[in-house]
Amino acid sequence: MAYSDKVLDHYSNPRNVGSFPKDDPNVGTGVVGAPECGDVMKLQLKISDEGVVEDAKFKTFGCGSAIASSSYVTELVKGKTVDEVMAIKNSHIVEELSLPPVKIHCSVLAEDGIKAAIQDWKKRREAVDAPAEPKTAKAG
Amino acid sequence: MVNRAVYLDNHATTPVDPRVLEAMLPYFADTFGNAASRSHGFGWDAEKAVDAGREEIARLLNAKAKDIVFTSGATESDNLAIKGVVEFYRDKGNHVVTAVTEHKAVLDTCRALERKGAATVTYLPVDRYGMVDPDDVRRAITDKTVLVSIMYANNEVGTINPIAEIGKITREKGVLFHTDATQGVGKLPIDVDAMHIDLLSLSAHKIYGPKGVGALYVRSKGPRVRLVPQIDGGGHERGMRSGTLNVTGIVGLAKACELSREGMADESQRVLRLRERLHEKITSQLDEVYLNGHPVHRLPGNLNLSFAFVEGESLLMGLNGSVHPIAASASLPAIAVSSGSACTSATLEPSYVLKALGVGDDLAHTSIRFGVGRFNTEDEIDYVADRVVGEVKRLRDLSPLYEMAKEGIDLKSVAWQRE
Repeated sequence: MAYSDKVLDHYSNPRNVGSFPKDDPNVGTGVVGAPECGDVMKLQLKISDEGVVEDAKFKTFGCGSAIASSSYVTELVKGKTVDEVMAIKNSHIVEELSLPPVKIHCSVLAEDGIKAAIQDWKKRREAVDAPAEPKTAKAG
Repeated sequence: MVNRAVYLDNHATTPVDPRVLEAMLPYFADTFGNAASRSHGFGWDAEKAVDAGREEIARLLNAKAKDIVFTSGATESDNLAIKGVVEFYRDKGNHVVTAVTEHKAVLDTCRALERKGAATVTYLPVDRYGMVDPDDVRRAITDKTVLVSIMYANNEVGTINPIAEIGKITREKGVLFHTDATQGVGKLPIDVDAMHIDLLSLSAHKIYGPKGVGALYVRSKGPRVRLVPQIDGGGHERGMRSGTLNVTGIVGLAKACELSREGMADESQRVLRLRERLHEKITSQLDEVYLNGHPVHRLPGNLNLSFAFVEGESLLMGLNGSVHPIAASASLPAIAVSSGSACTSATLEPSYVLKALGVGDDLAHTSIRFGVGRFNTEDEIDYVADRVVGEVKRLRDLSPLYEMAKEGIDLKSVAWQRE
């Protein structure tokens, strides 16, 4: 099983590794997967008030394809609006990284991760906005 | 100085020793006869080589030469032993006792017999080091038991089972004892009489011989073991295994056995030293590294380690990796090892052997198996230790689990959001 060049590249030179402070209200954090499954991804998105992703960071426990999927996804989301991020599909990741069938679940986890990060960001916004505005627009 | 790929997966297979290759060559095109050709010198010469081969293999086991049956490898030997015995002794009973850590060649054979309704099988558990308890064997034997099959040494974690004690029990109870000794032959002493072994499987390619040939020792006296052959067609090997003998393979297997027998003491010491050096270098530079298998009763070349917070396949990628992150144009020689991680198996199941030892799935996913062998050098060991330490540190920096652990979070208490 030879790895694709892109997967090797992301593995050797991962993009956006690291962590934002968790209590930053502009940061949404998604942690998906479980150690017993061999895959855990932490994806963090720093989002502007206008709902545009300014920055992203990741940390992953998992195989080369999982690391590559999460690294790639942090590149993909920068500059996108929250709605555009929610529209991202794992198939895009599979295509970009040439993931074989047995590794498709890694891309699914990456998709879940960024969406979980968005949901977390929305929850934080609601908590921040709620006291000021009686009418809480349904987030999203 | 290490300039080429390092092979540290000697439990998977081994390179053919140049002396073995040299011994085999004349039998391809010079002494190429069929050992069963009775009517001419080409056949007689091939037969002589096969007979000499039998002697050599028997010597390694302290067995009788005529009790050696040649096969295509240990998988076939396991099939022949288990299916052959169960079929022959079906009037006595149909119960087999084995262990959960056996090689698939034994486990799948047992399951096939269960599915056909030809046998009931007891799969004994092992302790946290992977060892079978002889008392468990004793308790599992019933008056319907026809065979006990327990491996000499485990291929994944290297743990050595108390074969002689088990043999004593089976002999007492009048039950046949088979051992898959593929990983132990040539590395650990074997005496089929002293250990009360009735059947034994071995394979050439684990002991610096060629792939595609192995043997099954079948005791002829004290007791006499009978088998129903699994391959028909000509009645070779005293009716037990038909098919033209793989003369070149047999010559190779015999030479491999001879070299192993002569060099066993020195080589085991040497390989053990290298393994301990690797272990020490790694654990002195990294924390949270766990040994899988027995610390003392284990194959000299086997080192199976779990590196917490780092997934096995990603570590393998780093060791095999063709691109070094810092010097992008420099290619560091690849390191060949294997892992118990689910991500490395086609079925996405983590190692069943580690599971049987009670190693949690989270740690099973982080395991790497190193297999030191005859041709590994100290330079290679030092190189591998450095690379492993470097890659583990790099991957721990990428790992959310390492980050959480360092923050003092108990990972077992986290409510993970599974996919």
